[in-house]
Amino acid sequence: MTDTTPHEPDPVYDVVVIGAGIVGSAIARDLSGHQLSVALVEARDDVGDGTSKANTAILHTGFDAKPGTLESGLVKRGYHLLSEYARSTGIPVEHTGAILVAWNAEELAVLPGLKEKAEQNGYDRCRIVGADEVYELIPSLGEGALGGLTVPDESIICTWTTNLALATDARQRGAEVLLNHAVTAVSVNTRSTTLTTTGGSVQARWVVNAAGLGADRIDRLFGHERFTVTPRRGELFVFDKLARPLVDKIVLPVPTSRGKGVLISPTIYGNVMLGPTSEDLTDRTATGTSEDGFAFLLDKGERLMPRLLAEEVTASYAGLRAAIDHGDYLIEPTPSQRYLLVGGIRSTGLTSGMAIAEHVHEVLEEAGLVLTARTDLPGPPQMANIGEATVRPYQDAERIAADPEYGKVVCFCERVTAGEIRDAFQSPLPARNLEGLRRRTRAMNGRCQGFFCGAAVNRLLNENGCGGAAAAPARPEVNS
Amino acid sequence: MTTTTLTPDVLIIGGGPAGLTAAAALAPRIRGEVLVLDREKDAGGIPRHSDHTGYGLRDLHRVMTGPKYARHLVEQATSAGATIRTETMVTHWAGDRAVEVTGPQGRLRVEAKAVVLATGARERPRAARRIPGDRPQGVYTTGQLQNAVHLHHSEVGSRAVIVGGELVSWSAAVTLREAGCATELMVSQYPRTESYAAFNVAGRALLRVPVANRSRVTRIIGKGRVEAVEIENLDTHARRTVACDTVVFTGDWIPDHELVRSGGLDLDPGTLGPLTDTALRTSRPGVFAAGNLLHPVDTADVAAIDGLHVADQVEAWLTGAGEPAPGLRILAEAPLRWVSPGLLRPGDPAPPRGRLLLWTDRSIRFPHVIVRQNGRVVSERTLPWPAAPGRVFRVPWSVMKGLSARGGPVTIALR
Repeated sequence: MTDTTPHEPDPVYDVVVIGAGIVGSAIARDLSGHQLSVALVEARDDVGDGTSKANTAILHTGFDAKPGTLESGLVKRGYHLLSEYARSTGIPVEHTGAILVAWNAEELAVLPGLKEKAEQNGYDRCRIVGADEVYELIPSLGEGALGGLTVPDESIICTWTTNLALATDARQRGAEVLLNHAVTAVSVNTRSTTLTTTGGSVQARWVVNAAGLGADRIDRLFGHERFTVTPRRGELFVFDKLARPLVDKIVLPVPTSRGKGVLISPTIYGNVMLGPTSEDLTDRTATGTSEDGFAFLLDKGERLMPRLLAEEVTASYAGLRAAIDHGDYLIEPTPSQRYLLVGGIRSTGLTSGMAIAEHVHEVLEEAGLVLTARTDLPGPPQMANIGEATVRPYQDAERIAADPEYGKVVCFCERVTAGEIRDAFQSPLPARNLEGLRRRTRAMNGRCQGFFCGAAVNRLLNENGCGGAAAAPARPEVNS
Repeated sequence: MTTTTLTPDVLIIGGGPAGLTAAAALAPRIRGEVLVLDREKDAGGIPRHSDHTGYGLRDLHRVMTGPKYARHLVEQATSAGATIRTETMVTHWAGDRAVEVTGPQGRLRVEAKAVVLATGARERPRAARRIPGDRPQGVYTTGQLQNAVHLHHSEVGSRAVIVGGELVSWSAAVTLREAGCATELMVSQYPRTESYAAFNVAGRALLRVPVANRSRVTRIIGKGRVEAVEIENLDTHARRTVACDTVVFTGDWIPDHELVRSGGLDLDPGTLGPLTDTALRTSRPGVFAAGNLLHPVDTADVAAIDGLHVADQVEAWLTGAGEPAPGLRILAEAPLRWVSPGLLRPGDPAPPRGRLLLWTDRSIRFPHVIVRQNGRVVSERTLPWPAAPGRVFRVPWSVMKGLSARGGPVTIALR
């Protein structure tokens, strides 16, 4: 007897993008703006839960990129694309500007070269300033600064909202977002490729590998031996909002032969960040913080800005950057496999992500993928504002009058309202656990770390089917 | 859209024992409105979720459980005629005695003739204590734990490590036991827990909590859920791991001083609360402070008595009391960490209950208190009660007798 039950064959997506970080989400969004079926495949249970959540969250001008590299061009282009996209979606951005501070003769001597490099990168607004001006710009800086280089257009941005906006946009354009789909095996056939994942198999004509920390492993599943990702741990401290008046600009270290120092930066949420450390590891899950890391940061902080250390620490983060043994982004197609590697995207990927997506579609087109732009695209998603630069729901009288849930502050430290938490559970890519809720609303990210609201937030999680998430001081990770 | 403006005579920010007691005392005595704003769903403050007895001793002269005490204070303030608005949070200052407020009723502006800050204190969580390691679930402060267990009836783990050797640490042990969670170990930086007073001796016997003295937590271990903590002996530096699935960070209090800081009020560098005089005036005229915002932390009844005390001072301000005289700073010397109040003005009343409140980092069985002005000993006295870390050390105001109003700062030392 033969089984005659008709069954739907698995859909074959035109393109499957592996990795729902900033880069993968931007690529999926761009491709789904064309007449293609697209799936965004993610190993974890949320978008932006890997290296992308763990960013120092700077929107880079690209002033210090290596001139002539792919990275340099894409960061410059990405700065404009993302700035524009942020305006249309409501991603929080603050144009703080940055200053590199020289603390010794060697660092001082490097500044003219950096200014020149910025100009080679097409950025001509850097200025070398004397010590007096450095202290005028950052009065609370520790003693001993000799001079600096200003970068007036470096900005801070919300990395969480950026990732969520791009993935939401992709989904609204029709891309399938497949969470909990960790790719474990790849089989390239003549017409399609089968990805075996922890969430079932997925068929694709083309595959884009934007798997971040796991990109080298996926690349090996396709039979390549091109590069190795070294997890580089970065730890940092986030100081209390009461420290924010101390730091109005991003204070960057001057890169020298003795390595890169740490930075002090305002955060988009109104805090101050000190870090990151930089430590090469082998364990790709080692996202814990360390005694040595803390000691290093406190020592640096003591010299950079002693007054900052008198403030309370609100959170300490550790995250892994996907460092590779290659001086540039590694974006290489293998047309015979209908496969594209997007690897080696360092911390600059937050800024360059949308430009990478543009570049990727050009590369795919050259490699033979037919791309026809759609004319029926939905508008960009409107994101909840979790930044301090513009009005938040708790401050918005009209909004509260229309919906009193926005007048009920649940998380006091971060001033997150019941309305925002409800929205996070009802959005197209809803929060599925405490971590996801924190990235969407900031709930429990504040100074009390749950002393006041932890139990209430936990109850809301349970009510929304996210049980088992004890109200622990879990925190996002960082990279730089 | 226009914002509604409320104009009570007195605005009390924080509806815990201090704020509610002040409201109850003031409401019958002044003509205008006494408005209490509390950001929680219910007023009452910390006692709401501190489900053990012992509340009300000094202010009400009878004891009851925390939640009952909280309800009693709410009832007392309401029947005295005060208005309490809950789920209503003060977010910004809008003038010397005016604030902006968010609540379900909308965005409000409150302009008062006098303001009492009674925002209390909270425990420093793990991050503020700068303890490295993994970031698993199962890490709490006592406040969060008691909130979860008593107000939300959530489950916690089965084996806990309590970090801290303060009075509140034992309160955490009681809550854990009620939640069916055994305390594997209490980790205290202090050399002896016996010195903490009767509660602890009784508590230790009752709760059978093993204590690691002179120790600190150096690392949290566990992916997903807590698996263990690493602790270090402060003298030998020997380290060991203790298996557990729950960690409770207790004590290490910090005042909830956001409005004090954002308003630019003078801060007491010892308590990190607002600097006040014995009349509980802050540096801004017409703005007063009371409760554990000033002394992190004393018991709820002591906070409540602050409320009674501040009520008299607020009434005097409203009836046109003159400018206060210039004050002398009162400073604490090690091992004393802080003293409250931190200012003394000639002609002012004695502080609440006639006591100076202090915090010691060292245990002294029969403390000898020495008060100096300009290096000269003004008075000294041996007290019959111990000075012990982890709870407030109270000194009778009479030790301040004999100070000169023009004599410069006053220091308090212990021997």
